[in-house]
Amino acid sequence: MRILLVEDDREVANFVVKGLREANHVVEHAANGRDGLFMAASEQFDAIILDRMLPGGVDGLRLLETLRAQENAVPVLFLSALGQVDDRVKGLKAGGDDYLTKPFAFAELLARVEALTRRGKSDSPVTRLAVDDLEMDLLSRVVKRAGQKIDLQPREYRLLEYLMRHAGQVVTRTMLLEGVWDYHFDPQTNVIDVHVSRLRQKVDKPFPKPLLHTVRNAGYIMRSDSDV
Amino acid sequence: MKVGLPKAGVLPMPDARRVFLTSLRRAPFLRSAGLRFAALYAIIFGLSALALAIFLWWATAGLLNRQVEAAINADAQGLGERYQEGNLPALVVTIQDRLAQSIDDNAIYLLVDDSLQKVAGNLTTWPVGVSAADSWFELTVKRGDRESLARMHRFDLPGGFHLLIGRDVGSRAKLRSLLTAGLLWAVLVMVVLGSAGAIAIQSLFKRSLADVSATAAAIARGDLSNRVRISGRGDEFDRLAETINDMLDRIARLMDGVRQVSNAIAHDLRTPITRARTRLEDAALHARDASDLHAAVERATSDLDGIVSVFQGLLRIAEIEAGSRRSAFASIDLYALLSDMHELYAAAAEEQGMHIDLLAKPPLPVFGDRDLLQQAVANLLENALKFSPQGKHILLGAGRLGDRIEIVVADSGPGIPAEDRNRVTERFFRGESARSTPGSGLGLSMVQAVVQLHNGSLRLESNHPGVRAVVSLPAEFSSSRRLAKPAAPPAHLPPAG
Repeated sequence: MRILLVEDDREVANFVVKGLREANHVVEHAANGRDGLFMAASEQFDAIILDRMLPGGVDGLRLLETLRAQENAVPVLFLSALGQVDDRVKGLKAGGDDYLTKPFAFAELLARVEALTRRGKSDSPVTRLAVDDLEMDLLSRVVKRAGQKIDLQPREYRLLEYLMRHAGQVVTRTMLLEGVWDYHFDPQTNVIDVHVSRLRQKVDKPFPKPLLHTVRNAGYIMRSDSDV
Repeated sequence: MKVGLPKAGVLPMPDARRVFLTSLRRAPFLRSAGLRFAALYAIIFGLSALALAIFLWWATAGLLNRQVEAAINADAQGLGERYQEGNLPALVVTIQDRLAQSIDDNAIYLLVDDSLQKVAGNLTTWPVGVSAADSWFELTVKRGDRESLARMHRFDLPGGFHLLIGRDVGSRAKLRSLLTAGLLWAVLVMVVLGSAGAIAIQSLFKRSLADVSATAAAIARGDLSNRVRISGRGDEFDRLAETINDMLDRIARLMDGVRQVSNAIAHDLRTPITRARTRLEDAALHARDASDLHAAVERATSDLDGIVSVFQGLLRIAEIEAGSRRSAFASIDLYALLSDMHELYAAAAEEQGMHIDLLAKPPLPVFGDRDLLQQAVANLLENALKFSPQGKHILLGAGRLGDRIEIVVADSGPGIPAEDRNRVTERFFRGESARSTPGSGLGLSMVQAVVQLHNGSLRLESNHPGVRAVVSLPAEFSSSRRLAKPAAPPAHLPPAG
């Protein structure tokens, strides 16, 4: 994946670039808003990681607004120290697809960026999701594994749907809390783990091969091969 | 030949006027609102006094004039009738009779023939200037040996006779000038009184506002304990003072909060920061291999994550307390919110061998911020989960109580000792029994801040045993009317256990 990082802090930029390259992505880096805008407008990227406060006369919001005015629909994730709710709303209103506040865990950033690019690709309406022998029919809301029907509660269904839509990508607990429950805070207790383990009881336990894996220090991933 | 006369030698008029006006505006007496009000008062007072004087003058002097004219007209009618009955001799007799009967000696009659020779009456000669027939005159006449002002009407009779009927108005003229002088004096007195009143008003203004401005100045200097004095009269100034004092109280509370937070940060965050630092230093000095180092770095990272989350909590509380988040307020149904929370936390509770019972009936309309209310309820539930012993029930309930909606989260844990109950909402406060459990001591501060933002209140009661946290929020009126339900009986929520 080709990713553009617009970030003025050199430490943070190096850290992110290194991490993304380790995850097999091609990364370009711009250290100020003007360069970032130039690169974003002239080259093709799969995703942009954008800082809000940038030197060079063009801040993150202006950069994004300019891009969107040129009908550039590249998925953009804001990575900013401005973490107040109003700031988030402003960023998302300007056309941002996701918003992550500093300080951040790299696993969270990587998971969110990978989730973004998947979202960008699914233009045609999907009616059926499948991971290995697990199938989900989005119209009839029937979930089957190895031809065997699995009964799920409405929330379990949405949790599984979210995980299957992001199959092959790490999904963090915060992403699940936001995407499935629409909650925007950090719970102290392991509420998400409990729900995931309940889902696992139904989807994975009765079958020989697990599909839902825990990624240490990050979250969960749904995929058919078990070597994580 | 043109001489380069400086054109600016003459100041252009608009500039001059502007300079004049600004200098006027700068004049201290015009910048006093009290003086402006006082001047306005004096002007209004003076104008009404003048109007009153003019009306009085018109009513008295004018009335006298009209009375004289009416008397003369009546006289003329009477004399005319006599003339028709008995011709000239009767008229003469009547005039003489009337003159004899005139008690205050102010009636004037004069009958002359066509050569202006006197036939009857009390004037010696036909006054000069009385020429036009059938009209009014006001002039000085000679009567006997004295002169006085008279108002007269001339009538022409058949046979060349002329008749003058009049009244001596000398006393009335005196009265009029007396009245004029009196009114002028009165206006003068009123101007003096008005000015005195204006000065009184101005000083009242000054005195009433002096305290406010002195207090504000003291606050600006940093003395937050000052308050505006309230006179107790309950007037506008008292209300202003109360509003200002309320504002100052709130500012003082916020300042206290800030001070408390900085103290708390200094005390409570130093420990985890020190721990992370020690870990890293220890690893740098003593790690024997890469995995040691790795483990130490990982532990330090999670320590730092904890610190960050505490910071975020603090910032969020500060943000909520500053009241800046009312922008996200909307009509929400608490019932949906609570059943979602119940669904989210019930699984976690079961994992710990506990049950959360949801006891609520829709609709529970409130006007608020969904995210913040969610977080407040989540904090209460997490506290309950943290402190409840295994196998017990936690109650999550909500109901209408008059015009308020109460959310109850009750557990049967160790509870909060009465002496701590007022302090648990302070940032970083942790009760004795909570010392050993993980947590930052910010949960209830957050709940308190959210509840206050929603104009609600948070009560912590004993659940015998355990804690019963009651969040009371104002119900949304418009939607409760729209739902047109009779006031629901207060929900009696049984204690959990």
